[in-house]
Amino acid sequence: MNNLVNKKTLVELSTLAALPFEPEKSKATLDALNEVLALVGQMQSLDVSNVRPLAHPLERHQSLRADAVTETVDPDALSQNAPHYEAGLYFVPKVIE
Amino acid sequence: MNLDFATLTDLQKALRNRAVSATELTQHYLTRIDALDPTLNSFISVQAEAALAAAGRADERFAQGDTRPLTGIPIAQKDIFCLQGQKTTAGSKMLSQFIAPYTATCSEKLAHAGAITLGKTNMDEFAMGSSNENSYFGAVHNPWNPQLIPGGSSGGSAAAVAAGLCAASTGTDTGGSIRQPAAMCGLTGLKPTYGRISRWGMIAFASSLDQAGPMARTAQDAAILLEHMAGHDPRDSTSLNEPVPRFSEGLDNSIRGLRIGVCREFFTEGLDPAVERSIREALAVYESLGATLVDISLPHTPYSVSAYYVIAPAECSANLARFDGIRYGYRCSDPENLQDLYQRSRGEGFGEEVKKRILVGTFALSAGYFDAFYARAQKIRRRIKEDFVNAFEHVDVIAGPTAPTPAFPLGEKASNPVEMYLQDIYTISASLAGVPAMSIPAGLANGLPVGLQLIGNYLQEGPLLQAAHQFQQATHWHSLTPPEAL
Repeated sequence: MNNLVNKKTLVELSTLAALPFEPEKSKATLDALNEVLALVGQMQSLDVSNVRPLAHPLERHQSLRADAVTETVDPDALSQNAPHYEAGLYFVPKVIE
Repeated sequence: MNLDFATLTDLQKALRNRAVSATELTQHYLTRIDALDPTLNSFISVQAEAALAAAGRADERFAQGDTRPLTGIPIAQKDIFCLQGQKTTAGSKMLSQFIAPYTATCSEKLAHAGAITLGKTNMDEFAMGSSNENSYFGAVHNPWNPQLIPGGSSGGSAAAVAAGLCAASTGTDTGGSIRQPAAMCGLTGLKPTYGRISRWGMIAFASSLDQAGPMARTAQDAAILLEHMAGHDPRDSTSLNEPVPRFSEGLDNSIRGLRIGVCREFFTEGLDPAVERSIREALAVYESLGATLVDISLPHTPYSVSAYYVIAPAECSANLARFDGIRYGYRCSDPENLQDLYQRSRGEGFGEEVKKRILVGTFALSAGYFDAFYARAQKIRRRIKEDFVNAFEHVDVIAGPTAPTPAFPLGEKASNPVEMYLQDIYTISASLAGVPAMSIPAGLANGLPVGLQLIGNYLQEGPLLQAAHQFQQATHWHSLTPPEAL
């Protein structure tokens, strides 16, 4: 199978995945991705027409529950993991100039 | 009593008989961790003080006669399970400072049953790997030979139990991450039916595949742990609402008449001849115990690795989107803008294997490739499930090797990802189908442990554990320990 990912696709994928595109590593990354996709390409040889996709191995519906608060987590416990949190707010770089 | 490699079952008796106290036992393991873990690197964090405090409370319970099944048993937990107030890293720089705000359901259940957590074990980053070389906290070394990998991703859990640093441990298995390290370290490891154990509080890799399970010295120990880890949890919408049998009862029943399917696709090119010899000998042991061997085919097995390496990365790319450097986790320094914050935090916070899988998953889910990759992989997943459903009309258990080779040298496959992925060639199909599967010690190849994989039908962990236990009554492989040199 020809290489599915080229430099242009890699730039697009990096943007979609919110990962940095690193030009100095792009050849190594492309080689690694195309190697995995070549392995994955083996599945193209199987005829799967008329087969329904399987998402849940036991084909059970996810159980639903009432849309009600059952427990609360202390905001202070959650915010202690935030890189920048003050006065109940998560801080990010300025978005609007 | 030699505590180093005592089974959980023996330790339960010793604690009840007051032959050893929970404090002595906990201190014993902590001393071994201090002495041996600098070589093995199996723990990311050790909670000595908390463990000793819990041991003190356990001893009070023994004094008052108010014990629970696992009271005073020191275990280790894979560092993928959130434990409230404790560092929970998933082996990643991204979460290297993360303090869990709540406790995973299965860890809570183990604590409720009386187990003491000694610490959190090393793992491949976000459970992505088969050698435990992908950890931000460094590679784990195999107690049988520290130059070798312990398997992965639950490599720290496997190494810690195998080296006698704890009585047992928890692991997680997405494509073989309990079974393969159990095989490589000479342990009994069980991946239950998908949904048997709650995933709540277990950091997600691939949600339709991830499943927690016990890693122990014997099938009996694994059965006891499973009883206390399993059960319905309304906080996990994929948790099965099924009764939890007493898995440890009935282990002594004969397996005469058990039909064992020998899957021909598990004995193909790439299987180390010494591993195959051990597996064939193990099958002969089963025959001598009255089981019948049945030649079977799981015809879509050759497609399992390729389908898995679409489905797992696709789910990983979605699950790991939550790490954005804002609410928790690593944040890069001096971001220029929001986009730069996202990209550099993720670029610097994730390791290379994780980033590669995110990109593969993003590709498989992207417009133009979704049908040819993700949808096709899910169709193949159905074919693989159907293979098992058909096979279990004729057999009770399926047997074969857990991994194609014994443990290999650190670094050997680091530059050959496909060869590394093929380590899971025999374990992935059971993960895709969601059936329970385990690995038990079944011999030595070049002096290293070989794992026999046993696969059961949906929710049939009981018969699986019974088959494993009966094998362990007839063989000594599970009682072998790493060489004295350690």
